[in-house]
Amino acid sequence: MEFENEKPIFVQIAEGIEDGILTGAFPEESRIPSITEFSVMYKINPATALKGINILVDSGIVYKKRGVGMFVAEGSKEKLAKKRRDAFFESYIKKMLAEAGRLGITKEEIIDMLKGE
Amino acid sequence: MNCIEVRGVTKDYKNTRALNNINLTFEENKIYGLLGRNGAGKSTLLKIISNRIFSNSGSVTVDGENAMENDKALSKIYLMSESNLYPPKLKIKKAFKWTKEFYPDFDVEYANRLAKEFGLNVNKNTRSLSTGYNSIFKIIIALSVNAPYVFLDEPVLGLDANHRDLFYRCLIEKYAENPFCCVISTHLIEEVSTVIEDVVIIKNGEVIRNQTRDSLLETGFTISGAAGAVDEFIKGREVIGTDSIGGLKTAYVLGKVDKNEVPDGLEVSAMDLQKLFVQLTNS
Repeated sequence: MEFENEKPIFVQIAEGIEDGILTGAFPEESRIPSITEFSVMYKINPATALKGINILVDSGIVYKKRGVGMFVAEGSKEKLAKKRRDAFFESYIKKMLAEAGRLGITKEEIIDMLKGE
Repeated sequence: MNCIEVRGVTKDYKNTRALNNINLTFEENKIYGLLGRNGAGKSTLLKIISNRIFSNSGSVTVDGENAMENDKALSKIYLMSESNLYPPKLKIKKAFKWTKEFYPDFDVEYANRLAKEFGLNVNKNTRSLSTGYNSIFKIIIALSVNAPYVFLDEPVLGLDANHRDLFYRCLIEKYAENPFCCVISTHLIEEVSTVIEDVVIIKNGEVIRNQTRDSLLETGFTISGAAGAVDEFIKGREVIGTDSIGGLKTAYVLGKVDKNEVPDGLEVSAMDLQKLFVQLTNS
């Protein structure tokens, strides 16, 4: 994970774990690395790692087992996929249309490009 | 809550005011970045806190007790600084044992393990080390000392990229398993920016920023694009610096911006800690 400036690091940590769940790197019901492991690996303050993971705990993606660690909740992958699909238009299509507008690329041309892909 | 409190500390060197009415609190179990340009007063402040030099006025308390000539309070503080306070002709492994005399919680076994990881030969004399290994020697002591307040003045001086990386990892691992208050004074701001939780910026002997890293980063943004459009946009805003090349201009601005109010052709981006620092401490 490479951090960028546009978003706070704790948000990027949460998104990085989400990516891991979506790609299957962290399967459902498997243990994810501990706060210490995340902090050491990415050289970030443990408070930041905790804040990031707490986003996932609060939304039910990850749950804590006392004394054992943190686990990916059942159904998380589908839940995340739905969330990302809902955000797809905002995060990707809108940006693409804005750039196309600046360059004078029409919607028809974009559709042709997609068909040729 | 346990903390070190610096109240109204002022320090003069002959005709120069090195520190002017410094007020700061370092809370237990938190990692701070102490940032400032050369000569800003960082080292002076750290030396005053650890009672190596005295202030002209003001006070430092450790967990509520005045630190001045107070062994109990001072035993809670460890300062890693440029000066080597060990006697000459002392081997590193002896220096570890020696340190334990002053800091009973010093973990000799851990220190030896770190020495191995950093490739430091503990049979060497403490005065025979290169700049990099001198820093490594001092880092190892600071990480092994187990004092509640650890101050690191330029800890990565002369360290290569691999050793800096190892240092940050060891520090975080140590801190995550057994938290302590750690204040890091450094010029390598980018590297330390993810490690620290709070930032203190000192300029010309005064504290100009003292807040969480995340909240500080939210206070500024950069805007770039055609010079005329940028100038138009920054009218009436608090600009802390600009860069231009040809007709392109980038302005560093304090305050918040709503991305929707930014005209087409201008690009807004967040400021990183180093850029913000450079702009705040220029001039």
